[in-house]
This record gives sequence, structure tokens and C-alpha cells, in this order.
Amino acid sequence: MPNMNPKKNPMPSQDAQVRSRNFGEVALGYTEAMAIDEAERCLNCKNMPCVSGCPVGIAIPSFIQKVKTGEFEEAYRIISESSSLPAVCGRVCPQETQCESKCVRGIKGEPVGIGRLERYVADRHNAESQKLPARVPSNGHKVAVIGSGPSGLTCAGDLARKGYEVTVFEALHTAGGVLVYGIPEFRLPKEIVAREIDALRAMGVDIEVNTVVGKTVSVEELMREQGFEAVFIGSGAGLPRFMNIPGENLKGVYSANEFLTRVNLMKAYLPGSATPIRHARRVAVVGGGNVAMDAARSALRLGAEEVSIVYRRSLEELPARHEEVEHAMEEGIQFRLLTNPTEILGDESGFVRGMTCLRMELGEPDASGRRSPVEVPGSEFLLECDCVIMAIGTSPNPLIKSTTEGLEVNRRGGIVVEENTGKTSLDGVYAGGDAVTGAATVILAMGAGKTAAKAIDEYLSK
Amino acid sequence: MGSFPRKGQNMYQILEKRELNPTVTLMKIHAPAVAKKANPGQFIILRTDADGERIPLTVADYDRAAGSVTIIFQVVGATTEKLNHLGVGDSLHDFVGPLGRPTNTEGKRRVAVVGGGVGCAIAYPVAKKFFEQGTEVHTVAGFRTRELVILEQEFAAVSHKFVRMSDDGSWGEKGLVTDALRRLIESGEQYDEVITIGPLPMMKFVCLLTREFGIPTVASMNPIMIDGTGMCGGCRLTVGGKTKFACVDGPEFDGHQIDFDEAIARSSVYKPFERHAYEEACNLFRKEVE
Repeated sequence: MPNMNPKKNPMPSQDAQVRSRNFGEVALGYTEAMAIDEAERCLNCKNMPCVSGCPVGIAIPSFIQKVKTGEFEEAYRIISESSSLPAVCGRVCPQETQCESKCVRGIKGEPVGIGRLERYVADRHNAESQKLPARVPSNGHKVAVIGSGPSGLTCAGDLARKGYEVTVFEALHTAGGVLVYGIPEFRLPKEIVAREIDALRAMGVDIEVNTVVGKTVSVEELMREQGFEAVFIGSGAGLPRFMNIPGENLKGVYSANEFLTRVNLMKAYLPGSATPIRHARRVAVVGGGNVAMDAARSALRLGAEEVSIVYRRSLEELPARHEEVEHAMEEGIQFRLLTNPTEILGDESGFVRGMTCLRMELGEPDASGRRSPVEVPGSEFLLECDCVIMAIGTSPNPLIKSTTEGLEVNRRGGIVVEENTGKTSLDGVYAGGDAVTGAATVILAMGAGKTAAKAIDEYLSK
Repeated sequence: MGSFPRKGQNMYQILEKRELNPTVTLMKIHAPAVAKKANPGQFIILRTDADGERIPLTVADYDRAAGSVTIIFQVVGATTEKLNHLGVGDSLHDFVGPLGRPTNTEGKRRVAVVGGGVGCAIAYPVAKKFFEQGTEVHTVAGFRTRELVILEQEFAAVSHKFVRMSDDGSWGEKGLVTDALRRLIESGEQYDEVITIGPLPMMKFVCLLTREFGIPTVASMNPIMIDGTGMCGGCRLTVGGKTKFACVDGPEFDGHQIDFDEAIARSSVYKPFERHAYEEACNLFRKEVE
């Protein structure tokens, strides 16, 4: 008999008061007993609705059956067939809108905790086995992957498994892309990312850091001079957006990218770090996505007394994952909803001292289907703060586009691709992830990397 | 197989090190991929060690055949202090580039290159490129005092006219670079463009001067940066009322459009931290010596 408890086994986590002052991981992971008990909730549906919700198509019921019987290594093998980064996805995927949203158990209660089970299986594998995957014999074809974020790593992994000689080019000094510079340690320990990258290296993937494609080397040179037969562009999101309100260049105003890069990639949260960060008392984070939550929760952990999310719509429209919002609230992040900044104010030495904001109310739904916020006249007020973090999205990085002749981009600067293959306007050149879609999720980028890997394999097998 | 240099043992090795003055050092770094693509006006980002910060430095010269890139830096903080303690044969941990856009030298027949202090290290390759393409180059270089002068012979070799200025009159004439530039202009010299590289206040006043005479002016900006590839936005500045990013839109901008006061303010944001880190680094090295 399956476990008919309508609720998921709760995720053990660090106490909110404690964790809001450290960078240790928030969610601690299931125990073996919890994992088996949770797996028992799976009905093993014949038509597998959950799989249709997974961008990389993991055989979810099959791996969960193996968890039920305690065959954890076998469960890991099943997940690995479809996913290059199980320990990452088990942590950062928005399962509630993907696999878990299709789960039959979700109709009368909570869906099976698929993400939590995936994490358990991956962590257990990583803890028990030091064995890295074996190198696959080369098929003699060379493929270049630009960017070592989720889309690039997935594409590289899938191609390496098929015997391609893959070189990943990374602009920064550490591989991992947004997994290392963007997502904080408390949500995704960097050790886990490093381990997944080691696994790719063991499979024969060559990772060249400190290489900015578009500057150090061009896409054309990779193909013409260096013998790469196909290229995948997974260069990620680009320049941060600002609101274009007065005061955005005052000292103490950060883009979320800069703030998070300082904290995560450059480890500014550690005492004695060579890279500085300002330890602010009162922080206002503008925006409502996952990046805004990450920035706010990082600021709190750096010792801020008060951190607020400033968002112009209501709680319902917040684009961040529900779990992230909940965690942020538990930790004491304030949510100043229906609030829109109009100006950032500075003191006499040019540091931020506050932000004037207007209250908003929701009007008619706009093109995106969300009710658009409308200013309440005369509602202006001062929000005192000494740090403002702008987390309102990014626009695509111009480096590759401007140095790759014939590469078609859309009005917003995203690379144009065929949806089913990821093929760009250039033969042999594929793209995926945020470089195509603009800021999206880790798993969507992985899905795009997977699609492109399949298409590249077909292209080079002709 | 292509000719792309693979990461080997001698990657980012220091091939040559020379003290140009008591606080300014020149280093030639083995970085063939960067040397292959570098042009005047561009910059690199380096880290000295695995926990180091990323610092941008402008390319001072390059040798494509030898696969080397020359950097010139002033010891101003903890990282440059650490860098200065490395010697020939040591390797940098990271060295990436060339970043930013190269100087646009096309179609300019007569230019004035105005450099100040360690900014002259960046001004030199620009002057050289102009000189080599047949442009008439007038260089104005300014230093606080004779002891700090760098690249004197190099500038002399690539300048049709070379005006030396110092704050205390110990080298060339006593006065500011703007005094010399004003005199050149008022004596009837015509310039298609003035290129200025140096401390922010100096560049600000050079730009105010050339605006008076309506001479197009380019200033090379060196703001605080992290990734240098168009991701973090830390290097933003206001040019012509718009937000620009020095790493991908620059580092050179129309000097008459730059909001220098804002750039000056932004450059000081980590001053207390930097001073503290520098003192710590100095203490550390002092202990090693004792």
C-alpha cells in the first residue's frame, strides 16, 4: 500500500533565526527513512504525468521505485541518464511548476516531493561514492561549448557521453556560471557544483577558464582555426538592468549581479576576503524574482539589521519560487509590496541614505496577463536605507553577437534559435539558456543544453 | 588541431619585471591568447592567487610573436602589493583578456595624447599606435616629481612633440598638463582629437579645456570592476546622461559627455577597505622579511 499521507515529508532545515546569520545550507536534506517514506507516496502512474513536466525528461517514477526499495545507486543511475546535474537540480529547480505540478497526488493534497527525493539520491551518491564517471572513447569530433553555466554543462555532458571531444570555454576564473556567481552558498553549496564539474572533467570534458569568447577568441576562429565542428553558445544573461531613476549611481547601489558576484564568486562574505563588500545596516532590494530573494537573504546574512524586498505588484504576482519567498519571510525579510521607487537619495559624501517610493494599486491585467500596477497619487514616502540592490533583470551580453557575423538576434538582443534544435542562423552554431531566452531558470537552461546536444549529435552524425 | 595555446605550466608566467619608479612596476606576462588579440586601449583582468580579487589593468604593450603582454601598475592596494612581490618565473593565477574596445585611431591625422602619472603607461601604446600609422603625435606627460617619471624615452620615440610637465618643476616645466595643452592649442596647433589618460580630476580638467576649444576628446576610464565581461554592472558610469558600462562600452568614452564628478565619487566607495587591506598586506610582507 502506498503512503496515503496527503502531505509531503517536511524538509529538515536550519532554524530561521540561526540560518539568517550564516551562509550554511538552509535545507538539510531527508534522512534515508524520510526518503523511503516519501517515495512510498508515489503511485507509480502508468502514464507518468510528472515526466512531461520535467524539462530534461527524467524517468521520475522509475527512480522513485528504486528509492522505495533502497536501491539508491540504481536510482542515481536512472536520474543521470537524463540529467547532468542531479544534486543541483534537486535544490534549485522550481519543481512546483514542473514535475510536481503534474503529480496526481497533488490533486488531493501535496504532490510527491520529487525534488527532495532527487536531492537525496544525488547527495547519497556523492557521499558514498568517490568514483567519477569513466571517460568515453572519442568519436573524433570536436565541439566547443561557450559558457560553463547550466546549459553549457548539460550540453557538454550529453555530448561527452556520446564520445565527442568537448571543450568548454568560461570567461570567469571558475567554472559553473550562475551556479557559482549567482546562486548563494546557502541554497547551493559550491562544493556540489565543483563535484559535478569534476565529473564532467573525468568524462574527458576540457574546461578552459579565463577565455572570453568574442574577445580572447571568436566563434569563427574556434570553427576555422581550431577545428571545432560545432559550437554551442550558452553565455548566459548579460548586463544588469537599472530603473533609470535618479541616484542609481550613488555609492551603495548595486546590481544584484554585482552584489551576488562579490558575495558568491569572490567570497566577500568570508572574513579576510580580498574582494570587498559594503556591510549595510538597512538594505532595500528592488525586484521580486529569485535573484531578488537571493540578494536580500545574502544581505541579511552579511549582518544587515533590516532588509526589505521592494516590489511594485502584490504577493500574488511575485515571480520568485514560493519556497524562496517563504524562506525569506521566515528569516525576517520585509516585503514592501505595491511599492515603486522613484528616486535614490544620497548623503553629502555620495552614499545612499534612502529611497523615495510611491504606493501602487493593481489596475487592469496587462499584456503579460498580470494586473499592472498603477501609482497612487500623493502616496510618496521615504524608505530609509544605506544600500539599494537592483534585481530587475538583465539584458543580453553583446560580446558574442557583436563579434559573430551572421548570428541573428531578436529585438531584445537574444540569440534567435529554432525551438526544437537550438540551431542559430549559422550552420553548426547552436545556442540555449539565458543567452536565448533572457533571464530564466537553471532547469530551462539545462533543457536547452540537452536539446542542442541532441541536435549537434544529429548534425555531426550525418 | 588549432593553434590555441593550451594551459600549460608556463601559463601567465612573469617573463620580465622592471621597476619604472619606486612605486610603478612593469611586467611582461606569458599569455599568448591575449597577446594575439590585444590592441591599445584594451585591458586585462588578473588575480595573483586562488583567493585573490580581480583587478583590471590596461594593456601597456604586447608582443604577438613572443606571446607576451606587458602590464604596468602602481602599488596602490593589497593586490598590487602582492603582485609586486612576485618575480620573474612566478606565475599569476589568472589573466584574462583582452577586454573592452580598442582605441579608435582611424582617420586621425593630428592628435594630442595627454597622460598623467601611471596613466602614462596606458597613454604610451595609444601614442605608439598613432605614431606608427603616420599620425602627427604631440604628447603631454605630467608627473608629480622627477622621481616618478616613467617611459620618458619611449614617449620621446613616438612623439613629434613631447612636452614634459611636473608639479614641482623637477622634470620639464613646472605646471599642470592642462597648462601645456592650453599653450599648444593657443599657439595654433590643430588637433583632430585629444586622448587623455590619467587621474580622474586631471582628465576632467583636460576635457573642460578642450570643450572650450571644441576639440573632440576621448578619456580612458578605469572604474572599479569585477568580471569585466558585461555581467556585474559595477563599472557603470554616466555618459551623455545614459548609463554605460566601461567593460563592454568602453573603457574610452567621449570626454565631453562623461559625468566625471560621479565617476570620482564612485571610485572612492571602498577606500577605507582598500587602505586597511593594503596595510595588512604590507604588514604581512614586512613580517616575512623579518
